[in-house]
Amino acid sequence: MTRGPTWFNITSLVLGFSFLYLPIVLLVIYSFNESRLVTVWGGFSTKWYASLLQNEQLLDAAWVTLRVAFASATIATVLGTLAALILVRSGRFMGRSLFSGMIFAPLVMPEVILGLSLLLLFVAMGTARGFWTVMLAHTTFAMCYVAVVVQSRLVGFDKSIEEAAEDLGCPPVKTFFLITLPIILPGVIAGWMLAFTLSLDDLVIASFTTGPGATTLPMKIYSQVRLGVTPEINAVCTILVGLVTICVIAASLVTKRQQVQRERDERAAFGADG
Amino acid sequence: MSEQIATPAKRTIGGKLLIAMPYLWLLVFFLAPFLIVFKISLSQIAVSIPPYTPAIDLAEGWQGLVEAFREFSFENYIWLTEDALYWKSYVSSVVIAAISTLFTLLIGYPIAYGMARSPQAWRPTLLMLVILPFWTSFLIRVYAWIGILKNEGLLNQFLMMLGLIDEPLVILNTNIAVYIGIVYSYLPFLVLPLYASLERLDGSLLEAAEDLGCPPWKAFWKITVPLSLPGVIAGCFLVFIPAVGEFVIPDLLGGSNTLMIGKTLWVEFFNNRDWPVSSAVAVILLMILVIPIVLFQNQQQKMSEKEG
Repeated sequence: MTRGPTWFNITSLVLGFSFLYLPIVLLVIYSFNESRLVTVWGGFSTKWYASLLQNEQLLDAAWVTLRVAFASATIATVLGTLAALILVRSGRFMGRSLFSGMIFAPLVMPEVILGLSLLLLFVAMGTARGFWTVMLAHTTFAMCYVAVVVQSRLVGFDKSIEEAAEDLGCPPVKTFFLITLPIILPGVIAGWMLAFTLSLDDLVIASFTTGPGATTLPMKIYSQVRLGVTPEINAVCTILVGLVTICVIAASLVTKRQQVQRERDERAAFGADG
Repeated sequence: MSEQIATPAKRTIGGKLLIAMPYLWLLVFFLAPFLIVFKISLSQIAVSIPPYTPAIDLAEGWQGLVEAFREFSFENYIWLTEDALYWKSYVSSVVIAAISTLFTLLIGYPIAYGMARSPQAWRPTLLMLVILPFWTSFLIRVYAWIGILKNEGLLNQFLMMLGLIDEPLVILNTNIAVYIGIVYSYLPFLVLPLYASLERLDGSLLEAAEDLGCPPWKAFWKITVPLSLPGVIAGCFLVFIPAVGEFVIPDLLGGSNTLMIGKTLWVEFFNNRDWPVSSAVAVILLMILVIPIVLFQNQQQKMSEKEG
């Protein structure tokens, strides 16, 4: 589609994006509200942020959440990258369709089912529930997202560079770390970040699989929200939204710059060749 | 292609182990749990920890297994058909998800269309703006609507200030709030595939139609809509399937008479502590969703074949 936008197109874009962003903007604005009544403006104040620092339960939950997210995103990235390599590179092997089914099914599976089934597994295994079980549960569904993200990167991959390295006697493991990984790295990083934020956000699966002493931040927010809207929660949410926004924008800038650099390198390499 | 067939022959033990790792992980943490859910859905509730009598006890060996098969009970499933709460929850989940999907499409189509018609230079930014809310917490985005939709909330304040209404509208804790929540949360899932198929659309077809004297609205119906249909279908599935099992939105925005199966399962599990019945609820939900999931995967496959 090449024709220019009409007034109708511009109006629908403006209305559409207002619908997407207005609730978040209002949430952020009212986190700076002086009044305890969330919907009545009582003047600018940052006191809710100060009171957050006093709330030890909330800080504990935030710390648990960050640890779970970091650990599960890291393991999920390793497993998910391997899974993507298998999907794209391995050709046929036994149980391939089962494998790809298991990668794609968790993407649309309702969270209540995933949470319930994992909890029942942990109970059947007799594992004590807590930090580790939440971490394992998050790793499992996050690795599927990582696999999909890395897979899309691998599909447009020029295999001849890899083959050249192997023809020159480079061992497969070294080829992977020197050639393959740097090229798919933007996908791997995006996968890690997606896994991290998914884990940071998750309420349902964590509620099923957690145990005493491992309350995550979304669980804490959820139990407070059920009691009513408070400016303190607005403040927590604002911090989370800010963090995620900065990370996503930074990552997209980094990958863009890398891509430009890589394309320039490749052009230079091929130019020198000819 | 010959490359792909040639590789497995070269596979070393190390390579096999690498394949085995994610495979085993998914077998243990994704497939096995489903079998356990199925098994427990056939057990009886018991006042113990865990709160069910196991339907299969492997410690008793083969004999125990045979014995167990005789004792399998479909009582939980029969219970689901007898208590109106469950089938009403299933039906109302599907209806709520379908209505919300329709609204998401009505709102998402003009956005995706506007993005596809915008100048090339704007598109990466617009795409980023659609993706960004997807990265911010689901819970936070649902929570934001509570403050807006409450009786004394921002929407009612705004409408009363304009003088459009005298009494606050009751929206929070009704099904309308659930529709708003689902449309808002899942909008990016619909816009992205739809934008992808609209962007690929060949503009010369529309120009040809115009040159031949076809009015724009007719060209839209005859050319744009049919060609964007794969994107519409993919987007609708991506909204509908997870929306059926949604828990957070009906719980926070819906009222006590909003029935959705995700919420029913949650209450059955956490409040009533009836693990066998909640497992049976999950098994049936899975069986309902298998049809759209398979349809969705077939459609995806067809689309990727067309491209290739």
